[in-house]
Amino acid sequence: MINFHYSRASDVADAVQQIRADPAAKFIAGGTNLLDLMKEDVERPSLLIDITRLPLKTVGETAGGGVRIGALVPNSDFSYHPLIEQRYPVVSSAIRAGASQQLRNMASTGGNLLQRTRCAYFYDTVTPCNKRTPGSGCSAINGINRGHAILGTSEACIATHPSDMCVALLALEATVHVAGPKGERAIAIADFHRLPGDTPQRDTNLDRDEIIIAIELPAQGFAKNYTYLKIRDRLSYAFALVSVAVGLEMDGGTIRQARLALGGVAHKPWRDFAAEAALNGQVASPETFRRAADVLLRDAKGFAHNTFKIELARQAAMRALTQAANGTPQSQSNKKIA
Amino acid sequence: MTQNNTVAKTRNNISVALVVNGTGQRFSVAPWTTLLDALRDQLDLTGTKKGCDHGQCGACTVLVDGRRVNSCLTLVVMKDGAEVTTIEGLAPSGGLHPLQQAFIDHDAFQCGYCTPGQICSAAGLIAEGKAKTDDEIRELMSGNLCRCAAYPNIVAAIRQAMSVMVEKP
Amino acid sequence: MAQFTAPCPPREGDISRRSVLQGAVALGALGPVRAADVVPHAAIAVDHKSQVSKPMTSYIGTATSRIDGHAKVTGGAKYAAEFNVPGLVHAFVVASTIAKGRILRIDASEALRVEGVIDVLTHEKRPRMADTDQAYKDDVAPEGTPFRPLYDGRILFNGQPVALVLAERWEIARLAASLVHVEYEQEAHVTDPYRQREAAFVLPEPAKSRGNAAEAFAAADVRHQGEYHVPIEHHNPMEPFASTVTWDGGGKLTVYDKTQGVQNVQRYVCSIFDMNPDDVRVVSPFVGGAFGSGLRPQYQVVLAVLAARALERSVRLVLTRQQMYSLGYRPAMIQRIELGATTGGTLNAITHDAITVTSQYEDFYRNETTWSGLLYKSANAQYTHKLTRLDLPTSCDMRGPSATTGVYALESAMDELAVALSLDPLELRLRCYSDRDQNNGDVPFSSKNLRECYRQGAEMFGWEKRNREPRSMRDGSELVGWGMATGVWEALQVPITVRIKLTANGHAEVACATSDIGTGTYTIMAQVAADALGLPLDNISIKLGDSTLPQSPVEGGSWIAASVSNGIVTTSNAIREELLRLAKRVPDSPFANATSDEVALADGRLVSRLDASRAISIADVMRVGAVDRIEQEKSTSFANDGKHAHNAHSALFAEVKVDEQLSVIRVTRIVSAVAAGRILNPKTAHSQVMGGVVWGIGMALHEETLIDHKFGRIMNANIAEYHVPVNADVHDIKVIFVEEQDHIVNPLGIKGLGEIGLVGVAAAIANAIYHATGKRVRDLPITLDKLQR
Repeated sequence: MINFHYSRASDVADAVQQIRADPAAKFIAGGTNLLDLMKEDVERPSLLIDITRLPLKTVGETAGGGVRIGALVPNSDFSYHPLIEQRYPVVSSAIRAGASQQLRNMASTGGNLLQRTRCAYFYDTVTPCNKRTPGSGCSAINGINRGHAILGTSEACIATHPSDMCVALLALEATVHVAGPKGERAIAIADFHRLPGDTPQRDTNLDRDEIIIAIELPAQGFAKNYTYLKIRDRLSYAFALVSVAVGLEMDGGTIRQARLALGGVAHKPWRDFAAEAALNGQVASPETFRRAADVLLRDAKGFAHNTFKIELARQAAMRALTQAANGTPQSQSNKKIA
Repeated sequence: MTQNNTVAKTRNNISVALVVNGTGQRFSVAPWTTLLDALRDQLDLTGTKKGCDHGQCGACTVLVDGRRVNSCLTLVVMKDGAEVTTIEGLAPSGGLHPLQQAFIDHDAFQCGYCTPGQICSAAGLIAEGKAKTDDEIRELMSGNLCRCAAYPNIVAAIRQAMSVMVEKP
Repeated sequence: MAQFTAPCPPREGDISRRSVLQGAVALGALGPVRAADVVPHAAIAVDHKSQVSKPMTSYIGTATSRIDGHAKVTGGAKYAAEFNVPGLVHAFVVASTIAKGRILRIDASEALRVEGVIDVLTHEKRPRMADTDQAYKDDVAPEGTPFRPLYDGRILFNGQPVALVLAERWEIARLAASLVHVEYEQEAHVTDPYRQREAAFVLPEPAKSRGNAAEAFAAADVRHQGEYHVPIEHHNPMEPFASTVTWDGGGKLTVYDKTQGVQNVQRYVCSIFDMNPDDVRVVSPFVGGAFGSGLRPQYQVVLAVLAARALERSVRLVLTRQQMYSLGYRPAMIQRIELGATTGGTLNAITHDAITVTSQYEDFYRNETTWSGLLYKSANAQYTHKLTRLDLPTSCDMRGPSATTGVYALESAMDELAVALSLDPLELRLRCYSDRDQNNGDVPFSSKNLRECYRQGAEMFGWEKRNREPRSMRDGSELVGWGMATGVWEALQVPITVRIKLTANGHAEVACATSDIGTGTYTIMAQVAADALGLPLDNISIKLGDSTLPQSPVEGGSWIAASVSNGIVTTSNAIREELLRLAKRVPDSPFANATSDEVALADGRLVSRLDASRAISIADVMRVGAVDRIEQEKSTSFANDGKHAHNAHSALFAEVKVDEQLSVIRVTRIVSAVAAGRILNPKTAHSQVMGGVVWGIGMALHEETLIDHKFGRIMNANIAEYHVPVNADVHDIKVIFVEEQDHIVNPLGIKGLGEIGLVGVAAAIANAIYHATGKRVRDLPITLDKLQR
């Protein structure tokens, strides 16, 4: 880990000003991902700007009937907040599926959005990686890629986004509120994370002199028919091979509106309107779910070790839709698949 | 304890105040010093263990302001003014915390290296109040690896401590 | 208190220690039995045969909380990296980034410019080290040329230490290590066992083949053959490898080391640095798990001593979790098994071939194959073991070495044979049950209560309710599978020396240079001593993990419980004899004509076995003898009489539930029934076996070291991506200890438990997965993708 400067931001404007002043500076909040990467010399910031004292720690209802979560709310508080548990249980569940309780106590809401990939080549500074060192090549494409992406990959990068929380936020159409030198702006969660293309070094569309200040969840929470189903190599404390967030508005046995997002399969949480269109207005049935899952994975492409993920994601999507439709969401403590 | 809400950009050591196991400490640390390294190297509180230094094993778990965290991923400079409880400070002087006694009673460890982290994590878990069933204890203790694999005994020990602590809050 | 300083013990027994680890059939002579030292059971307070009086307490066999428990739950137990001394120098390893080649240049100038950096050691800039292979051979080194850290510019594996940064603070050393620039001349490497399969060379026959297995197989009514793969696994003890070397002045060093053998490390350090044994004390009171990784001294101890000698200061070196993947590992293994049986379900042919991997410079291997013909009766058996070399560090022992992997293959194959025979897999085991060790002169076992393991295990598990058809049992959306397997390990013993100091107040200090790596050695030593000396447990103190204590080999192979316990009895007998000698001086002594066998120690007194009313307190004996303490130090050796095989056994029953749609596997129940002789402490014994079972879950479902063969680098060198079971993976585990009295294996009838808990577990789970899904996966770990399609 390199030696770095440290400072504390006194308010949001100060934070923005500080990061503008130093192109190699980074904000630090929970630190769970940044310090990990700094210890590997993957991240080498000249300055860490401590934003943990900024007043971004509240969860409150918005005028539009949604809920706004401050960027510094710890993941655990986000998950267990009564408003979230009652109105957005898919988010509560997704957060609890990720990491450990200690890490969730530390990790901030904003930081969760900015998690970097777990690709082993990204972490190992000895091997080429376009995300870490643009232009050096992708070692994963012809290397060990069992955990890698099957959707939206490029020749430059096949890494996945590791967050669970973001998959649920995507399904709920959350908004990311950010502040920058030109003031505040709102970014739809779907536009927040990027596909790798030929610039895999950029994970998000957040400008480097912007700071996340809040997440906003719209009023519609899909609290009755939802699930977060995560499939991994051990039963807890592991990154997803595939995960699925589902929210359904049901009208009897018919799906009035569906939300369906995948994790662990792409450089960003994955949502496909065509797959949702295949569900909307349809009777909830295995056949409906199969059609939607087929659409969802229609462009999936596997590599040497991860082709299994295509079928796994298809089956997981079908199962998750079944769970949501039946009102039997996946428990994150009872490991039997509901 | 006093704390600074603003610190101007510096690479020099920063004076930090912490309450560690009930005792106020003021010391000077480089920005890159983790709470884990400060506890072990500067305060000689070696009960908190380094197992991976990357937040992957939970051996370094301590309570900061009553919440369990991985001290290996915590910078001391960011915790100015915080209260830290380590395994050495869990029980009032001399005695054993109900969790410590329960871990002995249930043989909830072998080599003992993950044990302080397990116990601090369990203390955090009980304070959170979210674990009622064995499944919930297992899930919420899954951030603490035990390579000797005392897991079922750890669950039993936590259940014992929970019942004792409910009787005598 | 004065410390007794043992001279560097002679290296006698090295060969036998090495050979016993070679496998079940290689039990070499371990030295003469010294009958005078080994009086069966006599020292257990009062001999049951005498029927004179019952001991007030009998700690052996009683569930006892760890005597080191308080230290471990309060943070008081200190591990190798936790001995803080003033002026400590912190070291950090710079590791190679290529797998094979040589160092052209090391530029440490940038690192040396960092404030707080003291020096950077490299192969070109270091104090003198020994230059012969012999000097680097530790007690348990395999044949070959041992690795010498920072010795020369050759790169033998990725992650090899190439420089050592020394700084005033750990964080500074870590930073400076990233600034050491190394140029290499790279050579083509190979790290893929499957690519080197054809290059494997045949090792000496692991055991004498019997009959003609190939012919018998060809002629068999029912045949099964299969190839089974086990990947490289890493031990991943929770405690990182670390050494704190304190510079005690005058060239003397105290080395706090993470090791399973303090005296092995001491001899090794003395040998490499040509030091006087009196000048090197190796201390290791607590070891945060090791599982075989601490049997051999690891490179961090060499580097820490090297640095301390270079600077004449105290030095600490802690390896990072990633760097621990440059130590030893369980070798990857390709095993082929052929079983030929009669339609009646009796075996007539066993062929077990194995290919295992090692480094380019040492030939590490154990005998995977011979367990097959030991465990089951077959007139024909043949074993072949090949070794292949990779550009990796030398493989090493990892919990249950050879049996864990060999029995996995065998017990998977037996399950497949049972399917081929349409026979219940437990019934097949019973039909093939062997009462004799056919590998080794067709001798009987000293004891073997495996039949009872099968019976009790099956009963507790409810095996009789099993429907033999795969995919026939389900629980909602989950397929339920029940599988079983057998486990076997060797009951080993090693020569050991124990010193006991008994004081007039009835307290005893028991000392031996063995280790407690979490196994519970402290506690069982105290239990045995309390019974042997007739004292309360609280009156016993244990000293171990210090090279100045009486001689002990490395702690491994499940041999320490038997060895040290019988050693304590031997020394206690000597204490009793000395007390008797003094007691005869008491006026009108009730023991005037008593022989040693006629007296026992109980309740702090010397008691007649013939008449319990004849007794004198220890305090009175010592007063009369005008001594305030009695100290005895005795060595105990063991010899196999060659007429018996010594083995521990187990029966495993596993239940898995596999989601039919998603193939998510849950191990919901395991019953492990173990017959391992006398159980000294049911509480810690239970933990040991339970831990072994969880290791088996990891081996079956999770553990695999992933190497990118292009780079020759381990890509999951951490414990986020190298998966070991977490709490949520572990459910209902039941452990049964089946009664097994064994008066032959050793006087106390102890067989050891460190390995047996793991052996067979992975096969039981794999067999259960087959039973659940109908899909046979022959390469571990069984991740869910292997069940798809």
